[in-house]
Amino acid sequence: MATKRTIEVELSTTGIGPDGKPQRVPLVAGESGGVALQAPPGIEPDLEGEHMLINIGPQHPATHGVLRLVLELDGETVVRCIPHIGYLHCGFEKIGEYRQYNQIIPWTDRDDYLNCVGNNIAFAMGAEKLFGIEITPRCTVLRVIGMELSRIISHLVWMGTTCIDIGAYTPFLWSFQERENVYNLFEGWVGARLTTSASRVGGMAADIPDGWLDGLKAWVRTFPKTLSECDRVVTKNGIWVGRTVGIGAMSPDEAINYGLSGPMLRASGVDYDVRKDFPYLDYETYDWEVPIGVNGDVYDRYLVRMEEMRQSVRILEQAIARLPDGPVNVDDPRVILPPKHKATSEMESMIHHFKNVMEGPRPAIGEAYVAVEAPKGEKGYYMVSDGSSKPVRWRIRPPSFVNLSAIPKMVEGHLLSDVIAINASIDIVMGEIDR
Amino acid sequence: MSEFTVIRAGSAPGLPVPATPRNVPHRGGEANPSAATLKAKFGDAIVRVDVVWGETNVVVAMDKALEIITWLHDEPTESYEYLSDVTAVEFRDRGLPIEIIWHLRSLKHRRFLRLKGLIEKGRPLSAPSVYGVYKGADWLERECYDMFGVTFEGHPDLRRILLWEQYAEGYPLRKDFPLRGRFSRAEQLEQALAANPEARYSMEELSVADAYADLPQDMRARIKGGESTGE
Repeated sequence: MATKRTIEVELSTTGIGPDGKPQRVPLVAGESGGVALQAPPGIEPDLEGEHMLINIGPQHPATHGVLRLVLELDGETVVRCIPHIGYLHCGFEKIGEYRQYNQIIPWTDRDDYLNCVGNNIAFAMGAEKLFGIEITPRCTVLRVIGMELSRIISHLVWMGTTCIDIGAYTPFLWSFQERENVYNLFEGWVGARLTTSASRVGGMAADIPDGWLDGLKAWVRTFPKTLSECDRVVTKNGIWVGRTVGIGAMSPDEAINYGLSGPMLRASGVDYDVRKDFPYLDYETYDWEVPIGVNGDVYDRYLVRMEEMRQSVRILEQAIARLPDGPVNVDDPRVILPPKHKATSEMESMIHHFKNVMEGPRPAIGEAYVAVEAPKGEKGYYMVSDGSSKPVRWRIRPPSFVNLSAIPKMVEGHLLSDVIAINASIDIVMGEIDR
Repeated sequence: MSEFTVIRAGSAPGLPVPATPRNVPHRGGEANPSAATLKAKFGDAIVRVDVVWGETNVVVAMDKALEIITWLHDEPTESYEYLSDVTAVEFRDRGLPIEIIWHLRSLKHRRFLRLKGLIEKGRPLSAPSVYGVYKGADWLERECYDMFGVTFEGHPDLRRILLWEQYAEGYPLRKDFPLRGRFSRAEQLEQALAANPEARYSMEELSVADAYADLPQDMRARIKGGESTGE
């Protein structure tokens, strides 16, 4: 339900009226008694009735990547919005048909590059479904930790960049500082910061090193403090509230019909979270809440994301407390390589290692769709296997692609400056949209 | 500002507490109850029902697909109000039909259903558009058209979305499309250098602002010659 705004266009003339105040006359003379303005010589007359086309992007900092929006404006009000995407298209899905399952994991880093660990794990879950593998208890908890950490950093980037779009700089610095701390943790775990490739089919790339959990515990203790500082400077900030409340609202029915997911859907008052309703990785055994908005506007999306970060911290605390000992990788020779010392000393292990690397593991014929609650929404990996070591079809269900498709509906009737706020509130990642 | 009434997923009575699925069998297992309902309601239009890794596949006759999806959306006992995905699958085996896939979710009943429509090889690639039922199908169908060349009958604005409108090499996710594209690197570079970015504004965009009349004569001629309308 987009709230239409009437724009009170008034023109302050240089003349002083009889009351000693600057004369303000309506721009458009009508039956309401406005004064007909005579355009001074040399100045263009009123542009009433003429629509203007404005192009935003693809190279524009507020479009968060290479999004191009063509806006048809009536004055400053958006009449129509035509999005253009595809500037970052690299054919991930095509390439995936030529790669073994473990070789696809680095590509999942690059589709939603703010949520790398979450994507890696989601893909591995899909491949494990095709192989019929049950992962170990330790791996399950480690994956929950990875998923929630990457949810937090994705939301932090969202908050920082949205604050910049709307005119605040400080929360950006605070949130990126915290994001650096999480990247340090990832670096200690898998050796990479941004493109982690943290998971493997049947387990993880590495177990966490000694002492890593202490670093995570310290971060989980200090992070809520930063969060509440951001909350203090932003949530009741007059500019922030003025720019976000009532902007780009979607009703619950519309949001469902447009296929929105994640914080976008929950801000519109739909209590649907994949982790609660179609659980995976034992999310049903953790104690946490799903934040719901009731107005569906940009402000509610902000509140939902802030609360999601707090809930993620709650999940992290419980995951740290319950992390069991034991192996990380499953004991399944189809997908897991033999230990290195055996591969160099035993003939069978060497053959096994060679076959697993060169030919790749082969799942049974079948198909699997795995959906996880990514920071942007329902992220789905759909894989079809014909029994060979490479998928016949690897489909990414990109949440921000579907969320972005509702932008023409959301910006209609709003001002040009609201387009920036609405676009920021979708939390788009062009790597995922264009793939 | 009005506050919305919160819609809760899993609001249907008597649903079990959701739990992480364990020890899912490859074939068989418990089918989504909607499959049996569909079979009873639509009979021959339901070609096949199977359960793979715990997910129910329902293969439907393509000419009845829209009717079935509309019914699934509107019927309160099914209430598949959420469209997750629309996509297609082409197999390496040339004899197998191309599958159009609809991933549907019922939030109310916490169900997940995969509908498939089959297009035999050699038949025109065409499927009904579900845009009238789910607005979210807009871009998903456009992407499927862009990547596979499937025409979604009834889609209001079916044009390429990730690739540009003049892209003439075909449909990249089809199995007969080579990984590196159809043209050589040199030819691709040559085409890219010769491309005129101004002409990439669609006719629609240009006509909105009445800017078409202001364009230089040569550009108007090029657009008229079909440069911006693709293929």
